[in-house]
Amino acid sequence: MKIGFYPGCSLLGSSREYNESLKAIAPAMGLEFAEVPDWNCCGATAAHSLDHQLAFALPARILALAEKAGMEELLVPCSACFSRLAATRYELQKNADLRKEIIDIIEMPYQGTVKVSNALEVLCRAAAANLNGKITKPFAHKVACYYGCYLTRPTELATCKRTEDPQEMDELMKVVGAEPIDWAFKVECCGAGLSVSRTDLVAGLSGKIIKDAVHRGAEAIVVACPMCHTNLDLRRDAIEAQSHERYSIPVLYLSQVIGLALGIDPRTLGLHRHHVPVRFPDAAPNASADSKKPELQLSGKDD
Amino acid sequence: MAEFEPKVVAFVCNWCTYAGADLTGTSRMKYATNVRMIRLPCTGRIDFMLLLQAFGHGADGIIVSGCHPGDCHYSAGNFHARRRWMLFRELLDFAGIDLRRVHFSWVSAAEGAKWAELVNDVVNQVRALGPYDEFPKRLNRQSLEQLCSVEVGR
Amino acid sequence: MPRIGVFICHCGENISGTVDCAEVAKVSAEFPGVVHSVDYKYMCSDPGQNLIKNAIQEKKLTGVVVAACSPRMHEPTFRRACAEGGLNPFLCEMANLREHCSWVHEKLPATTEKAIDLVRIMVEKVKRNRPLFSINVPVTKTALVLGGGIAGIQAALDIANAGHKVIMVERQASIGGHMAQLSETFPTLDCSQCILTPRMVEVAQHPNITLYTYAELEKLDGFIGNFRAVIRKKAKSIDEKLCTGCGVCFQKCPNKKILSEFNTHLGTRTAIYVPFPQAVPNKPVIDREHCMYFQKGKCRICEKFCPTKAIRFDQQDELIEVNVGAVVAATGYEVKDTDFFPEYGYGKYPDIITGLQFERLASASGPTGGVIKRPSDGRIPETIAFIACAGSRDPAKGISYCSKICCMYTAKHAMLYKHKVHQGKAYVFYMDIRAGGKMYEEFVRRTIEEDEVHYVRGRVSRIYDRDGKLVVRGVDTLLNAKPIEIEADMVVLATAMVAQPDAEELAQKMKVSYDENKFLSEAHPKLRPVEMNTAGIFVAGACQAPKDIPETVAQASAAASKVAGLFSKDELSREPVVAVVSRTGPPEFSNCVGCFLCESACPYQAIEHEEIKTRDGKLIKTVAKINQGVCQGCGTCVALCRTKSIDLQGFTNEQIFAELVSL
Repeated sequence: MKIGFYPGCSLLGSSREYNESLKAIAPAMGLEFAEVPDWNCCGATAAHSLDHQLAFALPARILALAEKAGMEELLVPCSACFSRLAATRYELQKNADLRKEIIDIIEMPYQGTVKVSNALEVLCRAAAANLNGKITKPFAHKVACYYGCYLTRPTELATCKRTEDPQEMDELMKVVGAEPIDWAFKVECCGAGLSVSRTDLVAGLSGKIIKDAVHRGAEAIVVACPMCHTNLDLRRDAIEAQSHERYSIPVLYLSQVIGLALGIDPRTLGLHRHHVPVRFPDAAPNASADSKKPELQLSGKDD
Repeated sequence: MAEFEPKVVAFVCNWCTYAGADLTGTSRMKYATNVRMIRLPCTGRIDFMLLLQAFGHGADGIIVSGCHPGDCHYSAGNFHARRRWMLFRELLDFAGIDLRRVHFSWVSAAEGAKWAELVNDVVNQVRALGPYDEFPKRLNRQSLEQLCSVEVGR
Repeated sequence: MPRIGVFICHCGENISGTVDCAEVAKVSAEFPGVVHSVDYKYMCSDPGQNLIKNAIQEKKLTGVVVAACSPRMHEPTFRRACAEGGLNPFLCEMANLREHCSWVHEKLPATTEKAIDLVRIMVEKVKRNRPLFSINVPVTKTALVLGGGIAGIQAALDIANAGHKVIMVERQASIGGHMAQLSETFPTLDCSQCILTPRMVEVAQHPNITLYTYAELEKLDGFIGNFRAVIRKKAKSIDEKLCTGCGVCFQKCPNKKILSEFNTHLGTRTAIYVPFPQAVPNKPVIDREHCMYFQKGKCRICEKFCPTKAIRFDQQDELIEVNVGAVVAATGYEVKDTDFFPEYGYGKYPDIITGLQFERLASASGPTGGVIKRPSDGRIPETIAFIACAGSRDPAKGISYCSKICCMYTAKHAMLYKHKVHQGKAYVFYMDIRAGGKMYEEFVRRTIEEDEVHYVRGRVSRIYDRDGKLVVRGVDTLLNAKPIEIEADMVVLATAMVAQPDAEELAQKMKVSYDENKFLSEAHPKLRPVEMNTAGIFVAGACQAPKDIPETVAQASAAASKVAGLFSKDELSREPVVAVVSRTGPPEFSNCVGCFLCESACPYQAIEHEEIKTRDGKLIKTVAKINQGVCQGCGTCVALCRTKSIDLQGFTNEQIFAELVSL
């Protein structure tokens, strides 16, 4: 299936591995990505906390470009970008005056015909249609599925059904052989954009998430958002400093987990880029029979 | 044209707008004398033929007013009226009747001031439009009798 | 030839101050058909009314127009005067010269002109008025009470004590409803069963009350004073006449693990069971879904042990048809399930329970004998968190309305817990405390101040299990606002009060309206709070909106008094402003073509199908017929009728056309 693709800034920067892993698993998942030509910033947190018009105009331009390129659906892997694009489409659909105002600003025709989808949605759909029989190395680990906020809030835009206890990622993880743990921190706040300005707060919030996941026996945390990944992975030192605990639990993008289960080389999936090494010391006994070596030993710290 | 005083016919329901107009009276608010009210149990009772009849017999403007949506004494009569009105408007427009002559409104039994304001607004607007003469006054007494000859109770 | 009399009232100076009444009378006298036209200072006074009465007789008037105040004020007065003068009261019309003319205009020639127009319009109308006669319908003096909770019990007893027959239908095996499940009641802490069970017994023993338990309303037809109800008596699988209620059967029943509905699934019952020891009637029913004989074809132990041979495995549902004059809907409420709040973990953790479950735990007759024990391990909880508004006042996820009783019962729960577990800690998370009611606020204050329950103003965002404790994470929004976490042993959710799951179906059966939350709608929120918009059907209790026991009882008594009022006459009389379908002789019989568009438009289901047949019974055509007992006279059908075969008495097409022509 051919689908529009909007990487946004993070997939080219701090979370290149998300981009790489998505591209790596795409053929097996039956997906073909077409990047939106001449795309711009989605506005992120900054625009919508500062300027109402800007917050809608930036995503509207992206959607207009996708429309012009003949796209029907646009995959927006970054949950924050997804939220902005989906919110813009929702508001412009609802409010004709605003739509007119924004069209005047972007000076491009805008219909709102492009469906905005997040990675979880698209991968769930693709997995159901294409993954059957392709799992060569089941990801036989206990995983904590961490959804974060943007996939579940606001409820008008949420694609998950039970927004306070979503199940979609858990189901997807079962498909690739993982065992999702039952925990209460699926949609807790990771600290989000405070990562830069108030690392101390992020360390506290993300620390709670990691602590509970570890406490309940998870061997990996699975995420679908670059921001979550940054806070849980890149800020690990700050978390450890604040909590006086050591946590070795790695944080993986859901695309990376699928990639591993498909037998794709860890380096292609960008696992070496992580701050917290992706390592499973007690290699699960029921992992695929042919892999006798310790599963993964890739450190990203020197990358 | 400055001398022209329009005649405005108001079709109102007994429970909200008629009572609202009573309140205008008891509050001694003033409004233009040009309006003549036809009291009906409910706006749902308004067959829009009646509006055409009014135009046929000297009305220059028309007000239709009942209870606010959800407040109908008969639960849903005003919704029927509103739905019928949406269609009838189109028809009037198609027939070349200036829609500024026909006003649909909700006036509750507590909105005496709104009633006075509504009447004044409509009268002023219709006064500015001038006398209604686009529609030939074809429906004379004879046609009325013909219409009535099929009525109940004869 | 019409002979119309016109009577112009000055209303002191209220009309004559701006309208030249003498001039109006003079001009009116010249209208075609007018034979008498006078003006007088006060038409509504005795001498004024006499003017009308005398003129009717002396001038042989066939119609009267009184030009005075609003008909909403004095139409009944003048119609009565006409009737006393020997004229059919519906041949009298009023022109509103006061509210619609003299009071709203200045003293100008135009004002008098308008007054003349108003009189002319009414003269033209009244010429086309026809004598109408009040509609009389007989009244069946039996009331049907749907629901045997406290609302139904109160209504039934009040109606029965007023000397009328009552048929009570209760869906469960016993009457008593939710009130029978409660432990103690706020604000007095009366034991709920102690005050309720005597009433239940009274219902069962009252000579005027026929009680059908384990029964439901199947169908309701007819109209005020003349309803016909079909009641489905579900098969109890016992012969009630033979059964003595000895209880051997449920002691011997081998299937003892069925979760008891009465004990909110915190206890068990058998397949043949009485819901609770004080049940009325105290005779068991067989729950066929769990009975081994019905499921597997073997067992029949109860039959073997029954000393009176009362077990009837082959019993069928029975349909009973009854005629009633009024219906009281008192079908109660249900507690909203909490699955829409996954973050509160109800169903996942056994020690998170609903308020109603707490009632059973606290009840002396409950599964724990009144000792507050955790469902999971039977330990007495050292810390309990109560969460108010678990679903209520939450339009995003739950329901938007306030369930009204939760503030009070949560305070009561916390108090009961503290009374039973002195060293225990109780926390209440709340949004606002709504304690409007006699002694209610004082009760809450007592809970906080004397029983030292910690009230935390803030919402709970999540409850989860951590090492055997329930972590309640919320926020304290008052001074020092900060997120807080409490480790509790048990959590009680004040779940929302919602309509019965089949409330919509019931409303459609009764043809009454209901709101977006499926609560039955009263006819007027302020002035007709116990009547429904279908005449003859009344409402009481929580099926109309969430309410507590005192309010429910008050509403039930109010509904009962309405029923008693209705039953105080042998016949009902009402204004003949109703729609009629035209009928003529053969070969047409009627203009009605039987499209029945009117049927879909009628808000009262007053349109019936009438079959016109030849003498030998062959169908000629089916036409609409208005049930005059049900029609309220809105006229929506008249406007909708394609063939103009329906007309509204008092506001006929002919009359209104005439009004318009006279403009």
